[in-house]
Amino acid sequence: MVNPTKSSSKSKSKPAKSSKNGKSGAVGPDESDVAASTDHRELFRQMFLIRQFELACGENYSKGLIRGFLHLYIGQEATGVGAISALRKDDYIVSNYRDHGHALARGVDINRSMAELFGKATGTSKGKGGSMHLFDVVKGFMGGHGIVAGQLPLAAGLALAQQYQKTDGLTMCFFGDGSTNQGVYHETLNLAAVWKLPVLFFLENNMYGMGSSIERVRAGGIDFYPGLATYEIPAVEVDGMDVLAVKEATEIAVERIRAGGGPQFIEAKTFRFGGHSVADGQKYRGQEEVKEWETRDSVVAFPLKLIEMGLVTKDQINDVKAEVYEAVAKSVEFAEQSPNPDPKEIHNDVFA
Amino acid sequence: MTEIVLREALKRGLEEALENDPSVFMMGEDIGEYGGAYAVTDGFLKKFGPDRIKDTPISEQAFLGAGIGAAVAGLRPIIEFMSISFTLVAFDQIVNMAANLRYMSGGQISVPMVIRAPTGAGVQLGATHSQSFETWLAEVPGMKVVCPSNSYDALGLMRSAIKDNNPVLVAEPALLYGTKGEVPDEYYEVEIGKAYVTRTGSDVTLISYGYGMRLVNEAADKLAERGVSAEVIDLRSLSPLDMDAIVASVQKTNRVVVVDTARRIGGIMAEVSAELQQRAAEWLDGPVMRVGSDDVPWPYNRGLEREVLTDADDVLKAVAEGYGL
Ligand SMILES: Cc1ncc(C[n+]2csc(CCOP(=O)(O)OP(=O)(O)O)c2C)c(N)n1
Ligand SMILES: [Mg+2]
Repeated sequence: MVNPTKSSSKSKSKPAKSSKNGKSGAVGPDESDVAASTDHRELFRQMFLIRQFELACGENYSKGLIRGFLHLYIGQEATGVGAISALRKDDYIVSNYRDHGHALARGVDINRSMAELFGKATGTSKGKGGSMHLFDVVKGFMGGHGIVAGQLPLAAGLALAQQYQKTDGLTMCFFGDGSTNQGVYHETLNLAAVWKLPVLFFLENNMYGMGSSIERVRAGGIDFYPGLATYEIPAVEVDGMDVLAVKEATEIAVERIRAGGGPQFIEAKTFRFGGHSVADGQKYRGQEEVKEWETRDSVVAFPLKLIEMGLVTKDQINDVKAEVYEAVAKSVEFAEQSPNPDPKEIHNDVFA
Repeated sequence: MTEIVLREALKRGLEEALENDPSVFMMGEDIGEYGGAYAVTDGFLKKFGPDRIKDTPISEQAFLGAGIGAAVAGLRPIIEFMSISFTLVAFDQIVNMAANLRYMSGGQISVPMVIRAPTGAGVQLGATHSQSFETWLAEVPGMKVVCPSNSYDALGLMRSAIKDNNPVLVAEPALLYGTKGEVPDEYYEVEIGKAYVTRTGSDVTLISYGYGMRLVNEAADKLAERGVSAEVIDLRSLSPLDMDAIVASVQKTNRVVVVDTARRIGGIMAEVSAELQQRAAEWLDGPVMRVGSDDVPWPYNRGLEREVLTDADDVLKAVAEGYGL
């Protein structure tokens, strides 16, 4: 099993060392690398897209064009992109309020996502949801949920439907370390295990829940995956800063679920480089810790590694970047130019 | 007299209790190191230490339940929720346990606990973060529910809430944390269960509470410009509800508009209206006019949210529609 992170039980979190698994190891290119090169470029494109999208969100929040709570995914890109890349189109994804990265990795339209943050009629929820509540049912992206751990039973229910309809689809559910302290988290794990639901519990352990570091709010240290033995749910840990490691770990879990193995659990060790939301002054942690994690920034490290391995060229990386810059700029333009929702919309969507 | 913002007034009430009564302690998410989601407890951890200012996991059911146990054992816990929307997660504990224990134990148990929670819409937080569930808890027997609209009441009600031997919800209007108001330097309390006539008048009674007071005051000013004299009542307490004060005012003005910034349907003002038609029908020159926010989940978009949220114009419209003033 993939287990590239050697976690320490020290009180301050430390980024894991780079993984050395097969795909991402220092192996020279061969013919199968042509396909890999395209895949890798796509992974990089998604990670870079999320990074630039989030930076643009921050900017437009400062301008007052985006309001409410805004939780950025900066730092965690490799986790969401790696995980979602292992899914099929007919699988469901359920997310929390830090949902932009998951939505974009899923292929939710960037223009409509940005428009939703701007509260516009063209947004994914017609401007009624906002940053924390992105939905795109056609893409199987089932939200965007604002109550910590509130999304877990929803994921179990979606998986129950998949099981009942005898599909081999599955539901991937993202949640943070902080949400494991909700009773409903434990209730949902138990239910999913008892009913062998095709659900992939994906913990993004970024070491903090808002201002609370794990050791201040959790007995048992910073590793969550061993606790899943209680529910007899197979659980692994993965280096969330390594997109290929995340992808590989997820592929293994997905395969097991599709083969009828019931729920699986992945814990990715990752880190948000910024505050919990844009309103957070981060009084609760030191900058050294943040800096140390930033040295592992996957958005910077991954393309360098690809170039070094001879899988892509510098020009190719630059082309991807140019494409992303344009797409993000266009999404902001689209959001700005889109109309506000008609007041007549207020009473729509309350009942089906 | 000193002028302080409502947040400071709440803070003063809490700080005093922590200083004077060792049985008082606080629990909540990020109230310590972080300083509180709305900064009400900023600096408390340093001053009172981690035993009395307890950062909790995000486990509303667990820490609210632990608060009940501590209160039953003689302590006076003050529990902070980051948003009144999150009390839903712990409603089972609040309703089935905190409010019912005394009755179920034949009066053997009391639960002297304060639950604090920011309430209300208006800052574009979307459907899950903008609700006003003080109106739901106001209908639970065994619970007391207060909601201050100004610094004076915030401090006075907080003092009374902490001294009370029952579970008391203090709903704190999120839009008013930064609003200034005068507070006496001498000690005083505001009795729970007493409404307050904030402005006397003879033509129409406007009733609200919390953030809604801003709207009815604005409407009363506009009515005054037209020569209409409005009497304004601040409920301050949703449970117990001071119907006597309300009926007395309506007997004087013969006209009434009740105003809620929460959803119109089923809110506390539905209760006030129903009571009025029963107790003051013969005094009224027209229907009890009821104003509230639209019956939809709170939209995120600024324009839509404004549209849904009750405003002073809605109040004026109701005065005109109901009584031709
Ligand atoms: C029931 C509930 N309680 C509290 C909150 C406020 N809140 C939002 S996110 C958050 C921290 C969650 O941390 P974690 O699960 O680790 O996710 P992360 O933000 O780190 O991705 C808190 C306390 C909420 N939204 N819902
Ligand atoms: Mg976290």
